[in-house]
Amino acid sequence: MLEKLESVYQQAQAELTEIRDSAALAAWKSRYIGGKGAVSQLLRGIGGLTPEERPVFGKRANEVMAALDEAYAAREVLVQDIEMAADLEGAALDVTLPGRQPAMGRLHPSTQTLRRFSEIWAEMGFSVYRSRDVETDEMNFTLLNFPPHHPARDMQDTFYTTDPDVILRTHTSAGQIRAMRELGGGGTKPIRVVLPGMCYRFEQITNRSEAQFYQVEGIAVGHNITMSDLKGTVAEFARKMYSPDAKVRYRASYFPFTEPSMEIDIECFLCGGEGCSVCKHTGWLEIAGSGMIHPVVLRNGGYDPAEWSGFAFGMGPERIAMLKHGITDIRNFWANDSRFLEQF
Amino acid sequence: MQIPLSWLKELVDIDVPAEVLADRMTKAGIETTLTYIGVPQQHIPGIQMPPSDHLVWDRERIKLGRILEVKPHPDADRLVLAIVDYGADEPEQCVTGAPNLFEYKGIGPLEAPLWTVIALEGAEVWDGHSDTPKRMILKGRPLRGIYNKSMVCSEKELGISDEHEGVILMHDDPGKPVGTPLQDVFGDVVLTVELTPNLARCYSVTGVAREISALLDKPLRMPSTHVMMAGPDISQSVKILIEDADLNPRFTAMLLMGTTIQPSPEWLQRRLKLIGQRPINNIVDVTNYVMFESGQPLHAFDYDKLVERAGGIPTIITRRARPGETVETLDGQLRKLTTDNELVCDTAGPLALAGVMGGAETEISDGTTNVLLESANWHFINVRRTMQQHKIATEASIRFSRGVHQAQAEIGVRRGIELMRQLGGGTVSSGVMDVVAKPAPRIAVTLYESEIKRLTGMAVGIKQAANILVRLQFDVTLRADSLVAVVPDHRTDISDDPVIGQADLIEEIARIIGLDNLPTTLMDETLPEQWSNVPLEREEHTRDVLVALGLQENITHRFSTPEAEALLIPRGAAGRPGLNVPAGADYVRIANPIQPDKTVLRHSLLPNILNAVRSNLRHTSHQAVFEIGSVYFRVAGQQLPDEPSRLAIVLAGPRQPDHFSRQAAPSADFFDLKGIVEGLLRGLHISAWSLKAQGGPSLHPGRSAAITIDGSVAGHFGELHPLVARAFGLPADVPVMVGEFDLERIQNAVNPLYGTAPVPTTPPVYEDIALVVRDSVPAGDLHAVIEQSGGDLLRSARLFDVYTGSSVPQGHKSLAFSLVYQAEDRTLSDAEVAAVRKKIVKAAQKAFDAQLRG
Ligand SMILES: [Zn+2]
Repeated sequence: MLEKLESVYQQAQAELTEIRDSAALAAWKSRYIGGKGAVSQLLRGIGGLTPEERPVFGKRANEVMAALDEAYAAREVLVQDIEMAADLEGAALDVTLPGRQPAMGRLHPSTQTLRRFSEIWAEMGFSVYRSRDVETDEMNFTLLNFPPHHPARDMQDTFYTTDPDVILRTHTSAGQIRAMRELGGGGTKPIRVVLPGMCYRFEQITNRSEAQFYQVEGIAVGHNITMSDLKGTVAEFARKMYSPDAKVRYRASYFPFTEPSMEIDIECFLCGGEGCSVCKHTGWLEIAGSGMIHPVVLRNGGYDPAEWSGFAFGMGPERIAMLKHGITDIRNFWANDSRFLEQF
Repeated sequence: MQIPLSWLKELVDIDVPAEVLADRMTKAGIETTLTYIGVPQQHIPGIQMPPSDHLVWDRERIKLGRILEVKPHPDADRLVLAIVDYGADEPEQCVTGAPNLFEYKGIGPLEAPLWTVIALEGAEVWDGHSDTPKRMILKGRPLRGIYNKSMVCSEKELGISDEHEGVILMHDDPGKPVGTPLQDVFGDVVLTVELTPNLARCYSVTGVAREISALLDKPLRMPSTHVMMAGPDISQSVKILIEDADLNPRFTAMLLMGTTIQPSPEWLQRRLKLIGQRPINNIVDVTNYVMFESGQPLHAFDYDKLVERAGGIPTIITRRARPGETVETLDGQLRKLTTDNELVCDTAGPLALAGVMGGAETEISDGTTNVLLESANWHFINVRRTMQQHKIATEASIRFSRGVHQAQAEIGVRRGIELMRQLGGGTVSSGVMDVVAKPAPRIAVTLYESEIKRLTGMAVGIKQAANILVRLQFDVTLRADSLVAVVPDHRTDISDDPVIGQADLIEEIARIIGLDNLPTTLMDETLPEQWSNVPLEREEHTRDVLVALGLQENITHRFSTPEAEALLIPRGAAGRPGLNVPAGADYVRIANPIQPDKTVLRHSLLPNILNAVRSNLRHTSHQAVFEIGSVYFRVAGQQLPDEPSRLAIVLAGPRQPDHFSRQAAPSADFFDLKGIVEGLLRGLHISAWSLKAQGGPSLHPGRSAAITIDGSVAGHFGELHPLVARAFGLPADVPVMVGEFDLERIQNAVNPLYGTAPVPTTPPVYEDIALVVRDSVPAGDLHAVIEQSGGDLLRSARLFDVYTGSSVPQGHKSLAFSLVYQAEDRTLSDAEVAAVRKKIVKAAQKAFDAQLRG
């Protein structure tokens, strides 16, 4: 028995020095020092020995087991080193193969632009007020100083519904009166809100025009609000939306619900004002229509125009996204072609 | 409107380049672009203009010439030799085939002067024979044996018009000596002005000149309104009767007897062409000319036809049309009228559609000798409605429908009749027939200096304000800190309301000063109260969660058709498209749809987003999209529809993008969609929701569910019913997962004050159990029983396997759960875990007759 033990010990030691990988090492472990390994097997046969032989054999078996355990631990470290070295020197990946793409979600470009708008206006104290899409003729036109049949109505081609005096709003200005009446405390409280929303115009759908589009209207009403404030406020917006040194220009214009009215242009950021096809060689891009809220509109909103004043402005996120990203066909926005949307 | 600079310069001194003028006008609210005729475009620092590719007439080589004689070409019948004096010592001989020179061929030196335009060797002109614009340089070469190095030009070759039938020939003295560079004769810049509705007063050369006069601070020279009157008093020749003073506040007329209809002089014809009008004859041309000059439309009647109709002295009657009445307008159309249409009539019936279009019967013809000239004032809104009703827009109605001041009527009739007399001869009857049925109000506005500051933020002295208003022809009385401005009689846009009138004047002052010159400030106000928009915040949060779950946002048209929406309901099935549609709700129907597929506002987001997915599946296999937007329910008893928000989700194609390293992922199925729904609810911190099988008629009955929150349906989702998929043209081999959700119901369930559990510090105990139940037992129900019976010590239970097969009885399934036991305060003993497991198994046994497997 003892000779057998010694021979197993010899053999195990000899085998161990040849082992260079963890699979062989694990096999060696179970062959010699595992629960069903050779040393354990021999120990189980201890009953067949004489009482004198037993302690001698037991002691030696435990010594052998301990020695093999130790040898194993040492060999394990060596095998790990060998394997790591092999791995590090082994065949490298072709790193130019494509990565696994996770399914990625994105916001629609109009949502992205609308969010940026709201963020900038919030910094300037404007809360968001949302109004409805289907409106009365009164809210969309009459109360905004477009009397029935007035030629100013020709400026906005309207979708009518089969219900009399119910139309699809042609501009988010339609929510102005609602905002003033709801938030102005009967003409006693100043307000500052932006009104984002979908608007509708009876226009042929082409690469330059759509039947529906987003607009963001902003209004500020207070005791002491001037046209100079309007200029400064929109210039601040332009600096935040486009670039810190965006140049702004102001042109007189006409909207029935503002007076004085003005168009706001920024210097074309594509050509730096030198003239290009996008700015039609004028060096300027139109970004907003605006003006001081017309006294009639203030009155309709519940304010006394002799005491209160305010400004309003409106801008289109699709147009701005088109300018910023060189989009030449506005129909892309509602067509939802994934090849368009995944670029944002 | 197009206006030649040369015409404007007759009325006001313009001492700045056209480019500067256009820039100033544009900034003052009159958007102006330029078209060049022969003269160079100037580049002004600070002003960007689109580069113009027009032909600049070479000052040395393109000149005014005079044809002395037209000789035959010795060797070519189709060519002639034009001998042209262009101010040089020797006349130039041009070989030309111009057909309009042939009448002068071989008749010797011309007696009557015949002016033309000559281009000399080296001059650049347009190629008259090219269909597309092509420039060419004149080079000397023989033409059928005769050397030629110059040419007499057509309008096309000079870029004036497309006319190339003959060369330019003028019989009237162009007013400049031969040899003058053509730039100095016909060189011009045409201003195209875009007029917003408030600029009605600018629909004329005088109107625009008036604005320029104010902008440049140069005096305005109004055209003369003097008339040489030598005939009998007009009151013996015509009577006027106005029935409706509101629709026809003023009517004026003058009479010219014994005139001759003939072509207008060349200067007038040239001018009409520059503004885009076709010359016809001297009378018609004058009505157009004066309308463009003054803004007052005129109408000329053949007086003799009126007399004939009346059987004596005609009476002009203006009145509303009678029901069923008709009039044949100048365009040959027989117009059926309504009582909203204002007519010019005589005792025999309608003559013209007032302010819109004349009638055919009394129009000027070649034989006309006596002309009654009408210059009236009509109500702008009535004219606009008539234009819309009859779908006619004429130069006259465009002006009347925007508003013409009634004072212009007399100016127009005087100017018109005198020009007609000068051009066609004859005698003007004495006096103006002038009936003022409703005088224009005199409007005086008091403007306070403080008000200018209050609205503009700029301190403008009252004297400066007065000066600007005077430049705009207001009659101003200056006071200490205010002024009174009487509105001039060409404007209809200044209100008599004291507050609005001041705002109107301040607008004028601000735009003349220039908005760029106003200060740029930020609001000096206490910030109004801020409030958060909870529905919007939750909507945006919903978007963020869905994007984090890998979905692409879509935004579709909000229009649809009932037919497209009906495709959501399989043939033969009950139900209506949309989610939570109120009983009896109808569509918001568009009265004037722009396209046949956009006749109503949608009830459901699904049709449009499914159509987008179908298009995308043609080129991209993986689709995972959502849309948030309104639907519209027309509800009885409400003027305006309900506009609730909906969320739609669509999945189609492989659940993961392809990669070379793995097999194509299987198509997204019900559980992919359910995972997204669960992820959304978890992301929004909504826990109180439940599902029931079957999500409505649009969905596969065995692979769909309805979600309930607080007892009401908040959405349905699942695999699209194969019949619906087919109806939308979706591919049969790709299952499409769809869901539509009631956003308000979901958002109302959001608990912003959701609680959290502490991170455990004690070790968990893991254990798997498998329970065998009948096939009909919903896994979710068993799961609920496990969680409930597991009590506080069961931290979680996750289903990880569903097995049916030989080792479970027929009609049964094995559901395997991975359980985690954990106490917050101690390490659990084996005995404690065993007790909980026993409770769970017992509860499952009791509820579903479940048996522990294996
Ligand atoms: Zn540019």
